[in-house]
Amino acid sequence: MSVQSQIMWNRLISIVEEQAQALIRTAFSTSVREAGDLSAGIYDQRGRMLAQAVTGTPGHVNAMAAAVAHFMREIGVDTMTEGDVYITNDPWMGTGHLHDITVVTPVFHKGSLVGYFGCTAHVVDIGGRGFGADGESVYEEGLQIPILRFIDRGEVNRTLIQMLRVNTREPDQVIGDIYALAACNEVGLRRLGAMLDEYGLSDIEALADFIVDASHEATVAAIARLPKARACNTMTTDGYATPITLAASVETFPDYVLVDFAGTSAPDPKGINVPFIYTVAYAAYALKIALAPEVPNNAGSLAPFRVTAPENTIVNARRPHPVALRHVIGHLIPDTVFGALDQILPDTVPAEGAGALCNFQVSLRGSNGERSEVLTFNSGGTGARPRLDGLNATAFPSGVMTMPVEATEHAGPIVIHRKELRPDSGGAGRQRGGLGQYMEVGPREGFTMEFRAQFDRKAHPARGRQGGTEGGPTVVQLSDGTDFPAKARFAVPEGQTVRLAFPGGGGMGPPSERDLQAVARDVRLGYISEKAAKRDYGWTP
Amino acid sequence: MTEEANLGVDIGGTFTDVVLETGGRLHSTKVLTTYAAPEDAILDGMRQVCAKAGLSPSALTRIIHGTTLATNALIERRGARTALVTTEGFRDVIEMRTESRFEQYDLNIVLPEPLIPRDARFTLRERVDAGGNILTPLDRTEVEALADRLEGFDSIAVGFLHSYLRPDHERLVREVLADRLPTLSVSLSSDVSPQMREYERFNTTCANAYVKPMMESYLGRLRERLAHEGAACPIFLMHSGGGIVSIETAAQFPVRLVESGPAGGAIFAADVARRHNLDRVLSFDMGGTTAKICLIRDGQPKTARVFEVARSTRFKKGSGMPISIPVIDMVEIGAGGGSLAHVDSMRQIRVGPESAGSEPGPAAYGRGGLRPAVSDADLILGRLDPDNFAGGTILLHPDRSEQALVAEVGGHLGMDAVQAAFGVSEVVDENMANAARVHAVENGQDLSDYTMIAFGGAAPLHAGRLCEKLGITRLLVPPGAGVGSAIGFLRAPYAFEATRSVYMRLDAFDGALARTILADLSEEAAGFVRSCDPHADVRTDAKVYMRYKGQGWEIPVALDGDLAAAPTADALGHRFALGYAALFGRAVEGLPVEITVWAVNAATPLAPTVPTPETRPAGDVEGTPRRLFDPVTGAWADGRTLPRERLTDGMVAQGPLAVTEAETTVIVPRGFTVTGRADGVLDIRRTS
Repeated sequence: MSVQSQIMWNRLISIVEEQAQALIRTAFSTSVREAGDLSAGIYDQRGRMLAQAVTGTPGHVNAMAAAVAHFMREIGVDTMTEGDVYITNDPWMGTGHLHDITVVTPVFHKGSLVGYFGCTAHVVDIGGRGFGADGESVYEEGLQIPILRFIDRGEVNRTLIQMLRVNTREPDQVIGDIYALAACNEVGLRRLGAMLDEYGLSDIEALADFIVDASHEATVAAIARLPKARACNTMTTDGYATPITLAASVETFPDYVLVDFAGTSAPDPKGINVPFIYTVAYAAYALKIALAPEVPNNAGSLAPFRVTAPENTIVNARRPHPVALRHVIGHLIPDTVFGALDQILPDTVPAEGAGALCNFQVSLRGSNGERSEVLTFNSGGTGARPRLDGLNATAFPSGVMTMPVEATEHAGPIVIHRKELRPDSGGAGRQRGGLGQYMEVGPREGFTMEFRAQFDRKAHPARGRQGGTEGGPTVVQLSDGTDFPAKARFAVPEGQTVRLAFPGGGGMGPPSERDLQAVARDVRLGYISEKAAKRDYGWTP
Repeated sequence: MTEEANLGVDIGGTFTDVVLETGGRLHSTKVLTTYAAPEDAILDGMRQVCAKAGLSPSALTRIIHGTTLATNALIERRGARTALVTTEGFRDVIEMRTESRFEQYDLNIVLPEPLIPRDARFTLRERVDAGGNILTPLDRTEVEALADRLEGFDSIAVGFLHSYLRPDHERLVREVLADRLPTLSVSLSSDVSPQMREYERFNTTCANAYVKPMMESYLGRLRERLAHEGAACPIFLMHSGGGIVSIETAAQFPVRLVESGPAGGAIFAADVARRHNLDRVLSFDMGGTTAKICLIRDGQPKTARVFEVARSTRFKKGSGMPISIPVIDMVEIGAGGGSLAHVDSMRQIRVGPESAGSEPGPAAYGRGGLRPAVSDADLILGRLDPDNFAGGTILLHPDRSEQALVAEVGGHLGMDAVQAAFGVSEVVDENMANAARVHAVENGQDLSDYTMIAFGGAAPLHAGRLCEKLGITRLLVPPGAGVGSAIGFLRAPYAFEATRSVYMRLDAFDGALARTILADLSEEAAGFVRSCDPHADVRTDAKVYMRYKGQGWEIPVALDGDLAAAPTADALGHRFALGYAALFGRAVEGLPVEITVWAVNAATPLAPTVPTPETRPAGDVEGTPRRLFDPVTGAWADGRTLPRERLTDGMVAQGPLAVTEAETTVIVPRGFTVTGRADGVLDIRRTS
């Protein structure tokens, strides 16, 4: 193994990280610049992903691994020219919903095509019915951009910009973000060119083979150590109007692991369906974090994680099923897979957690006609781990951040009245589940607000493992106590606010085995009330 | 007028460095840091250098001090009993952080503990909105009721939402506490860090409150003890932004002292840069545990507004806590002489951030260290003298290094000790080169026209290779590199930066308001500087941070000359567009531009530097033969070695070469030529 190849591999990883930072610095939507809902990567001539920025979220990262191949086919490699930049938001070829815009830039070195940079970001609005589950087909969910040229030999496609400008509620932010995506690839491109010059290389093919082969080998080595077995798990979640059952079987082979989703519910009439690319992304993430976490993410390390799902299930929904909130079901896939994996590899995976990000979007209207869209990302608690408590209000499996309250309040006329931990929401156990959080939001004076809830785990909270109890369920209410389902769109009456309680993670192991000092600490810090401590752990002050 | 005698003191993790400059000469010493009473080491060091200079402490005219004490208190969680008072509904901001995991692929991740635990965080009913309007007024009687619950604490941090726009409520809390609990130390977020984003602002305020009683007491003791020794001269503190402030300001905002040591290093490099008339410099400071890299343009280190302290997990970005204060913008990575190497499951060599420290130290020290460190690799590659390391105080054992390299690295990869050492050395050099490249590109700079200035114990061994990797063709290694930070303190100006968040769109630009803001900030910043020296000639430097409306991050736009006196929307817009395109390829069409933060830095002018005279070739020095490993060819080469003293002004020698001195070795790669300069600097240039 040559020292030089190792060095160049590290260099590629640092290039994509820098690419991601450029996107954050130049983006407009709070989802990108504050929350990091993005990904950035480099691909070889054949479209194989070689490195991905760790900044970003698995749904993007792993879904984008397949995206560049679609661009190569649709654009036609022979027609690609220096100065080109391509774009799409196709849910089935990009990262699962129309709100994610993917931009791919071909890299030319001394006149020949040597690879691609790609990046994805979640924009605040793409038209249609607005970000929410209530579309009944993808056509209602917004403007669809097929794979096409955003910049053609250095010339920006003004037709596309004009189309976008009239098809979104927040044209400045969305168009600004597309420029930011192009800028981010540009930064990667400059740096890759410098590396090729420095090492006197004309392409990255040999390096690509080295990266893909070494990563594949290391992942297979980790898989080879597993017992050969097959195990199944099902998990029922809220769905939209009717519950959804997710079923996964995990089977280990000498050189790969297969996850199959046979038995999973059919697609839903509302927009919580998941394009297969996104299902693969989160199933592979679940296996990778449990089995081979230290191998860098690329085409070679992902290949041994194989995923299948019958057509016409909610995890393999085809066009034109609505998919806007594909993350609500998609984020629950790791918990589904963990339930099966736990039977093959005990004491490794956590109990169920909040899973889906607790996102909501609000539309605000001023008396003078002013309109504003505000999107926030928030997290519940993660499941307790075999030797550690769950994490309080922390995203898992998603990798995004929350937006600062102050930044959100600058983005539109919204007031966040509360955002803090939710005591007693972590499932009891030898290890306690992570706490969810409380939020309370309303419009600024002079504005009306429509609220779009995009939650889960209301009727089906996170289950504990090995005797641990379940986490607290989701609550969506108006300040007068009116209750709403986890997925809903409603107007907030004047003078009222929306009160939210986000779910906690499940506990691990029997509560009776919890260290009483840990219980005392939880009481002192207010993570659990004295009442709950007494009830769940038999604790007395 | 009596002769100036300035004392620079840098308290580091292991050593306290003391430098006395008087009559154009430097006298320096290193004494072990005395954790229990850090002032002991200072007094000891002061006596030593005063004796060397034949001077009494009463003859000192100025003492300038920098310290990692505040940083260490944050890392080791040894601060005051601190409470946070915050807006109702937001008790957990510092605990919930960004609600993300800093490592995506670790099921057993442990998040950093908040600096102030939940049971010491209190809330008050009050609210200011994003427009700076009061939504819920703060009731004084509620503050008074809360005061009764705060009696057991030593220090209070106050952080309310949007207080950077409207500090009234935070000030009311201070007023009530001053009344009820006058001995309590209080830090307001609107004073400590008046910037948008509550997590960073609150955390910075908590950090300030956490170290404030300790730093106040330490600085008070220090002043007394020094006075007792006869050193009654004024004492100043180096801050992380690269300037010096009065001991009173330092006690008020001790969080600004975090990273003051590395800041001194950057000032040291900037001084060398000015002496040699270099406008683009990369300063490279590599010690035992970390390497620090900083860009210096036109003799000034670059500054930034946020950095992360106390990273809990392998220096991983996000595992520490953000501090938003003016800082010298540098990257610090876990790469030093003591950084340990291993082979990971991908059969890749990894180096650092774990360090062997001074106990047990690298395997070569023979003190029980069994894992190979970067210094072990340097020894095996012929760069270090086994008999002359650290002035001969530590005898090195090459056989131990070989064993460790083979056992932990080579054995796994089918490499012998030399190949393993080569791998370790290349990996650490590439890590540092990557950090430098990322840092440069973040700042829109191309390093190929930069000169590197290297200091710190391990830097001279690796700087040459780093230059090759970065395409840098000139490298300066100044004398006194081991105490560079303390020397830097003596070169720092009195400086203070005042900032304010006021949003202003260019299409609604208010020239009168802009002038008022800048004038107020200038007065505030200059006031701090005058508190150090009432007669100082104070210069102010204004800049604004600008972005397209809707973006979350800004780029700085300098206001010089006319623009500072009478800013106009057109001129600002033009400068912004140029700066943006330089960083990110193209400006965005048709979007409004806004100013978010206004900043004025007030500073005394730097002491005029004496340019180092141009060198006249005085002759060649040969040295004696020595085998050196050449990382470019990956093979041994016949090099030379000579002691540093022989490279006097104008003396020239060719690489591959090892220049030895008491503390370290300077490696001059093949194809480079070294020339001694009048100020003792080794001037190394690529010649082929």
